[in-house]
Amino acid sequence: MTIRTGTRTAQRNELMWALLFIVPSLIGFIVFFAMPSVRGLLMSFTNWDLLRPAKFTGLANYIKLLSDKEFRHALRVTAYYVVLNIPLQTVIALGMAVMLDRFTKSTFIRGILILPWLLPNIIVALLWLWMLDPTLGFINQIIMSLGFERQPFLGSVTQAMPTIAGINIWRHAGYTAILLFAGLQNIPKDVYEAAAIDGADERQMFMGITLPLLRPVLIFVLVTSLIGSFQIFDTIVITTKGGPVDATRVVYWYIYEYAFVRFKMGYAATISVALFLILITITVIQMRYFKADTSDLD
Amino acid sequence: MTTRTQTKPGISTQQIFAWIFLTLVIVVTLFPVWWVVRTGFSSKQEIYVDTFNLMPVGPTLNNFKRVLGMFSSEEAVAQGGTASGMDFWMNLKNSLIVSTTTILGQTFFSAMAAYSFARLKFRFREQIFFLYLTAMMIPGVVTLVPNYILMARELQWMNTYQGIIAPSFLMTPFAVFFLRQFFLSINHELEEAAKLDGASIPLIFMQVILPLSVPALSTLAILQFLGNWNDYLWPFLIGKAENMRTLTVGLAVFQSQTPQGSPDWGGLMAGTTLSLIPTILIFLVFGRRAVNAIQFTGFR
Repeated sequence: MTIRTGTRTAQRNELMWALLFIVPSLIGFIVFFAMPSVRGLLMSFTNWDLLRPAKFTGLANYIKLLSDKEFRHALRVTAYYVVLNIPLQTVIALGMAVMLDRFTKSTFIRGILILPWLLPNIIVALLWLWMLDPTLGFINQIIMSLGFERQPFLGSVTQAMPTIAGINIWRHAGYTAILLFAGLQNIPKDVYEAAAIDGADERQMFMGITLPLLRPVLIFVLVTSLIGSFQIFDTIVITTKGGPVDATRVVYWYIYEYAFVRFKMGYAATISVALFLILITITVIQMRYFKADTSDLD
Repeated sequence: MTTRTQTKPGISTQQIFAWIFLTLVIVVTLFPVWWVVRTGFSSKQEIYVDTFNLMPVGPTLNNFKRVLGMFSSEEAVAQGGTASGMDFWMNLKNSLIVSTTTILGQTFFSAMAAYSFARLKFRFREQIFFLYLTAMMIPGVVTLVPNYILMARELQWMNTYQGIIAPSFLMTPFAVFFLRQFFLSINHELEEAAKLDGASIPLIFMQVILPLSVPALSTLAILQFLGNWNDYLWPFLIGKAENMRTLTVGLAVFQSQTPQGSPDWGGLMAGTTLSLIPTILIFLVFGRRAVNAIQFTGFR
């Protein structure tokens, strides 16, 4: 404060405006973030179908969850999806990012690569549903013209999940590549020059410089894409609806079924809390294991 | 990169390999989108016969006319479409209303809060901000069911715009965080000068801070607009009624209505093509900024 006189009224004035400025967001935060979170937690200890009043059932839901074979199946299917999705997506994205960094800085090309990510999941799913159609789809036309048998893709128990993973790799690889590309921009070029003078080859530079220095960004990308892929839902609505024979009945779909098809709100909340705990655990492990907050640059 | 590759005369095999790779990636990225458009412009009968042609087969506007409601339902069925299909204009209107209102409110109110957190002093400032940050970690699935119940029971906002808009109208934790970081980077001097001239806090906010923050505000608005535009589950749960459906919901309903055996691919792809247009427009108008905005999200 440069003005001495009237400091107190100025302070009171500032406080009043601070409160006025913060109140709208605080209302939004309390009503749509804080209270629902608490309520979700409380609901997970109840039996509630929206028609009759909620009944407190203690840990019953959680005990049921532990022996719920369908939940275990949903978890397994989701984990399978994550394993199919994340490693391949990250490797492809890393390849794309390095290529971009080395050979072109064109914003236009980066724009094209990011396009799939800008499209709604629903549209991406419809697009691939058509591309992969068993009879008319373009992909099967190619496969058959090469002399192979047509593939059922989304209609097959074994192929459905890999196909959905592929669809989401298509949507996210470019986006991930752009994030990694931004990270590559921050690596000082003289590190490479020094290594080149020391006679390091491409592979050594990538393993010894690029990967370690990219680590913070890489971890961020891994954590967010992992959290995102555990919540796969929209694509499944359009392509398989959990089928065929539960092959793509992921956790989010299972929650959706319980809440909005069977109207078992309590149990749906329990599964949500469980999913939340799983995500938190994975995030913490990832952060610890990779020491996300430290960079080898320091 | 001239600094890292040993510059040899001519084109190295490395470069050839890299360009083949990049070209392949671009083709794989763009081709499916083109395939949607080409199917939208193809006639129903030809789709079954000429499956390999890269250009529209039996070019026609009928699919688009059907989706845009320019045929009676008898005519639509006669063409192999569905009687109801999707009401594209209605869906478009709803998507526009929902996305625009949400980002206007969210950007403005989040900016107010962010300014408060960045510049004004009050008790529990850091604690409240920390709470907002924690909310960023909570995945949507936790609040989904409780928020649905809030809309369905307490607020009775099912099938209303406010029901779809409300949860992200007043703030999202990310928006507040994003803008606070930006405001912190603004030089204090301008505000001090305005203060000496006797400007009040809201005046400083409106006439100094907001104009200085146009790049950050528009970046945020683009990102959040796309997020809202692409959202499916929430608008589906709250706005199921025919006159409330957004584009994503309308498309999903359209798809679920077409017969399992032989879907109305022409109509579906025409609807998809039309729904692509707004995203492509944003992309063309804001191109560079959108790419940079997305790059920025990596460091939020």
